Formats: sequence, structure tokens, C-alpha cells
Amino acid sequence: MMQNEMSRRRLLGLGLGLGAAASLTLAGCGGDDDSSGPAAGNGGKDYTGPKVDLKLWNGFTGGDGDIFKALVNQFNTEHQNIAVSIATYQWEDYYNKLPGAASSGAGPDIAVMHMDQLATFAARGVITELDDVAKTLELSEGDFAPTVWKGGLYNSKRYGIPLDMHPLGFYYNKGVMQKAGLDPNKPPTTKDEYTAALTELKKSGVQGFWVSPFQFTGGMTFYSLLHQWGGSVFDAEATKATFNSDQAVEACTWLTDLIKQGHSPANVGQDADYLAFKSGKNAFNWNGIWQINDLKKSPDIQWGVAPLPQIGTQPAAWANSHNFTIVKQRANDANKVSAAKVFINWLSQHSLDWAKGGQVPARKAVRDSADFKALAEVNALAPELEYAAFPPAAPGLGEVMTTFYNSFNEAALGKKSPKQALDDGVTKANKQLEDNRKKYGS
Amino acid sequence: MADVIEAGAARADAPPPAADAPRGGARAGRAGRATPYLFLAPYLLLFGVFGLLPILLGLWLSVHQWDFQLPNRPFVGLDNYKELFSSDSAVYGDWWQSVRATAIFTVFAVPLLVVVPLGLALLLNRSFPGRTFFRAIYFAPYVLGVAVIGLLWRFLLDANLGLVNRIAGMVGLPADTPWVTAVPWAWVSLVGVTVWWTSGFNAVIYLAGLQDIPQELYEAAKVDGASAWERFRHVTLPGLRPVLLFVITTTVLASANVFGQSFLITQGAPGTETRTVVWFIVEEGLRDNDAGRAAAMSIVFALMLAVVSIANFRLFRYRED
Repeated sequence: MMQNEMSRRRLLGLGLGLGAAASLTLAGCGGDDDSSGPAAGNGGKDYTGPKVDLKLWNGFTGGDGDIFKALVNQFNTEHQNIAVSIATYQWEDYYNKLPGAASSGAGPDIAVMHMDQLATFAARGVITELDDVAKTLELSEGDFAPTVWKGGLYNSKRYGIPLDMHPLGFYYNKGVMQKAGLDPNKPPTTKDEYTAALTELKKSGVQGFWVSPFQFTGGMTFYSLLHQWGGSVFDAEATKATFNSDQAVEACTWLTDLIKQGHSPANVGQDADYLAFKSGKNAFNWNGIWQINDLKKSPDIQWGVAPLPQIGTQPAAWANSHNFTIVKQRANDANKVSAAKVFINWLSQHSLDWAKGGQVPARKAVRDSADFKALAEVNALAPELEYAAFPPAAPGLGEVMTTFYNSFNEAALGKKSPKQALDDGVTKANKQLEDNRKKYGS
Repeated sequence: MADVIEAGAARADAPPPAADAPRGGARAGRAGRATPYLFLAPYLLLFGVFGLLPILLGLWLSVHQWDFQLPNRPFVGLDNYKELFSSDSAVYGDWWQSVRATAIFTVFAVPLLVVVPLGLALLLNRSFPGRTFFRAIYFAPYVLGVAVIGLLWRFLLDANLGLVNRIAGMVGLPADTPWVTAVPWAWVSLVGVTVWWTSGFNAVIYLAGLQDIPQELYEAAKVDGASAWERFRHVTLPGLRPVLLFVITTTVLASANVFGQSFLITQGAPGTETRTVVWFIVEEGLRDNDAGRAAAMSIVFALMLAVVSIANFRLFRYRED
């Protein structure tokens, strides 16, 4: 008899577990149903309904986080019936966490997302379409830079409203340039000027441009150069990897030759290129726009920032963009959705303040304003918007981009020749792309 | 001995069986039989929910192409397993690379993590002034999180800016060793940092074990004229056998689960050469949302570790025979 009771107890335990598993599965299904069509309201012009609380997730853990929080506070005081609360995570954790949270109903209403993540999260049903927001707010390509605006699309539908763009910029150490007899106010802009400057620097005993083997920032440098030579990482539909093209090999070789010629040390570690720049051990660093605020905190170093020099046949620069997205909810609440749209629109219009955090606003009107032009450093990188090389829109590319960056890593560390490293990478990337096609059915 | 006393005491104190109270006796008997299960219940519940169920779920996931966000989670049979073993799949190369990386790390880290802390414990077990201070010093790094030691050593070991190469240069050694960007140096760094970081923990376990060895045995050995080495060989080592088994088993498993060190210090460089199994499983399952494939990898990896652990236990049992 006791035995029976025990097994009932155990069954109960198992039952609890199975129940949990079942609700997990149900939660998974919750993300699938596509009931959250265009919400009521007028797509974001205003919100007059009952008071709603909105949860917003973002990954602004740096200095930009404070500026973002201040903006949200301002929004909250200006809108009596909308209360936005923010949660901030490291980007990597954030992207891991979001799908599970969204499908279990614990996710945010609004999520900030990089442009290259939109396709993946759209295909996986985490975020919802925003075409009606764009339409009601009369936002169009003309209000943004075309490259940024198009990046918010996946399968010709809009999933992201761009907030900003953050390109790679060319930082130069004026003090080091001066010592080498270079004009600190005329940073090199062409291949010839660039190599001439490096030669001068070498004469004064400075390895001018450290080639980092890692994604930050060497991989992004290679990505920019690859596009400068007219190459691409994938073909137009992102079905085949093309980063072993002649142009790609040429771009990669140009970088690895800098190491051979002694303009860069070998085996540069993560962040070592930037630390060396800050401490005057090198003169040039291609790094993200987000370093502007960090450099401003270092009064000892005289520096400037300019668009990337044109080393290849055309200008190009790696760039990404933060987008606002609306997360699909298990229980569709039209009020929340329209309030979220009001918030997105408001913040997009206030992106000048956001620019102070070290990002180029996506909105053209803000970029053209005198106030933005006064932000000299950030403004210096605004021209790159015209030729910024944004990542393509296809789901599951994160994994393939890792393969791309790892290939460059092998080349930069001299493990393989550029051609060999990129060929091997492309072979692997094509298999990954095929897996993605099977998985996402595109 | 305790058993005997208790049994005797129980016999002495036991009241004569009450013939007129069969119900009470039966209840006591039932409660007696249920007691162990009642004690087990919380554990069984926890084990069921957090141990058994995830294992079963993992097996279930591993035979599907599983992305919990996608409407289609097709059953793929053993495909996830097959692609780990067929050289033309997308993951084959990365997977075996990560197994190789984990094996290299484990093979070099475990002997050091077993021997170095033992030496430390033997030293710290002697009495000398400042002993507590040194115990604290050697244990201190273990208190730090992997993020802290990872960042710390990444900068110390940086080939061009780091303190390690600077010091090496000052004493006439090569000053451009690529500690974190080329093999075999990356392995030297990862193993070295791990030994520095975790030796204190094993040393504390050894210390506890050493203090359990009766002092009389050493005295008797001395009287018999045993040398220091002989005392270590015939008194200390046998006395530490259960502790050694524990240390070796946990160290093998902990080393096989290495993730944070290579993630932070070498970042997998060069290429993916130092990317470990756990790291790769995390990437597949959480970043690339291929839970089915990640589950298959976890199960294969768990089987590999089970084989190693069983071999380890066998080895010690034979020694005891």
C-alpha cells in the first residue's frame, strides 16, 4: 500500500515536471500564432487610451545607457498615460534571453535590436511587423539614409524603425603624427597617403597601424576593406558566401602585408590595438564610433576622427544600426502596441540627444540640424552613411559571420595564407547557409 | 562499534511487545517503512524535475531539429548525431576541433591540478610562521570570478603590451611570445592561468585530508626508520587515496567543462583552435538556436566524460585490490 502511495507521490512529481514541459511547449507555440496583426490606434501618432506600462529591453551598458535612460525618463514625464520601464543586459545575454522570455510571456514590449539581428528574430516570430507605423508616421526612405532604412526590412516587410547608425571610423593620434613629421590636421584619405604616412611613422620607430586579428576591430576593418575593393561577404540573396573573391583576398592581403612590412606587430591581442592608440604606441586605429566618448575622457591624448581612408577602389565602412522593434505578445494588447509606437516615434524624433551618446542619428532631419553639426566628432562620421556597408538581411547569419571573422583571424595570425583562410571559411560558411535555408525555409 | 551499542541499547530499552495494541504497532511499522522514502522525497522530486526530466528532454531534443521559436520542429532521427561523425556536415570540423581543444586542455591541466596543489598542501601542512597567511594567499585567486581572472590575464599576457613579455624581456627571455594568439603558447597560458586560479581549492581539500591522517602512523614509521619519501609513499599517499579519487574525478570533470578561460583570454584564437566543447555547445544552442544539435553534442560529450570517469574509478579500485 505504501509502495502505491510512494509511486503516486513520484507520479505527482513527474506530473509536475511534465506539466512544466507541456507549458513550455505551449509557450513555444504561443510565439507562432500570428494573431497580432496591425493594432488598433493610429500607428503611433498619439495614444489616448488607459494608462499602460511598457517594458523595454536594451543592451546599452556603456556610457550610452545613461543618456538612453534620461531620454526615457523625459518621455515618461511628457506622457501621463504611458510608463516605460527599462531593463539593460549585455547584448550577447540579451539576444539569448529575448526569445525565451518573449514566448513565455515575460518578455518586453519594445526591444532595441541591431539591424543584423532583425531577420533572425523576425523569421523566428519574436518581433512583429511595423509597416503601419511607418505609414501612419509618414516615415519613408527620404527621412533616413536609404541604407539604414532598407536594413529594417525582411521579406519586404518592415520590422525595425532605425534609431541610429554606428560605423567604423578612422581615429588618428595627433601627437604621434606630429612626432613623425606628419601634419596632424591632415589625416591620410587615400591608399597612397596612408602607406606614405605609415612609412614616415616607421622611420620614427612607430608601428603606425596595428592589425587586430579579432572581430573587434580587425575583423570589422577587413569587412570595410572588402567592400572598399568592391567585394561582399555574401551574394545578394545571402545564399552563398563570397568572401574568398579576388577582391576579398586582395583586401585581406593588404592587411596581412602591413604585418609583414612591420607597420603592425604580429599577434595583436583583443583591445591591444586600441590601448596602444590611447597610449601613443601607434598612430591609427579603425574603431567604432562608440569610442568617441571614451577618448573624450582621456585628456592626455590629442586625437581626431575622420571617415575611413579609401584604400580600395571605392569608399565603404562597416556599420550597424540600432532599431526599435515591437515584441510579439502571447496576449495581444492593442493599447500597449499603440503606446509602444508612440514611444518609438517620440524617441526617433529626439535622437539628437541620443547622438550625444556617440551615435549618428538615423533620422535625416536630426542629422541636418545645426545642433547635431555642433557634435563635431560624431558629425565627422555622418558622411559614411552614404556608403555604409550594413550586414545583409537573412535569418541565422550570426553564425556565418562568426565563421567569416574566424577566417580573418587565421589569416591575420599567419596560420594560413589569406587565400587559404578565406577559401576554408567560405566552404564552411556555405554549409552553414545551407543549414539555415533548411531551417528557415528561405 | 556504534551499531552494536545502539542495537544493544535498543534491545535493553525496548518495551515488551504490547499484545493489546496491534494497531499502534502496525502504524509504527508502516511509518518505519515510509521514513526512508519520506527523506528521499525532496531529493527525488528535485532530481526528477531538474535531473531526470532535462535528460529525457535533452534526448527528445536531440532527435529533432529544434528551435523553440519556429513552428516546425521536425523529427530528424539520428541526423544530429550523424552529422557530428560525417566529415561533410557543417558542424563536423568545428565539433571535433572543440573536442580536441577540450582534450588538450584536460590532459595538460589535470596532472598539474592534482600534483601542484598536493605539493602546496604538504608545504602548508607544516608548521612555520605565517602559515595562515600563505594559506590565504594561495586560496585567494579561487575567490575571483572567471570574468575577473580572464580580463586580468588577457592584459598581462598580451604579446605586445603585456607585463609578462615585458618581464621576460628584462630577464633576457624572448619578449614577443604570442601568449594568447598562437599555439602552443595559448595552451600554456590557459593551463597556467587555470592552475594559478584553482590550485588553492584542491589544496584545501588535500589539507583537510592530510589532517585526517593519524599522527601516530608517522611516528611509528619514523621509529621504523622510514625516510621522508618513504613516509610520504607509504603513509601519506594511502591515507589520501579517497581524497585523491575525489580530487582527480572532480578536476577531470571541471577541466573538461572549461569555457570561461578560453572564451575570455584567447577568444578561441588562433581561428577556433582553443574553442572548447562547452563553448561550442553554448554557441550552437543559445546563439544559433539549434537546440537539437546542441543536445546531441551534450549527450555525446556526456558519454565521453562518463567513459573517462568510469575508467578513473576502475583505476582506483584496482589499486585498492
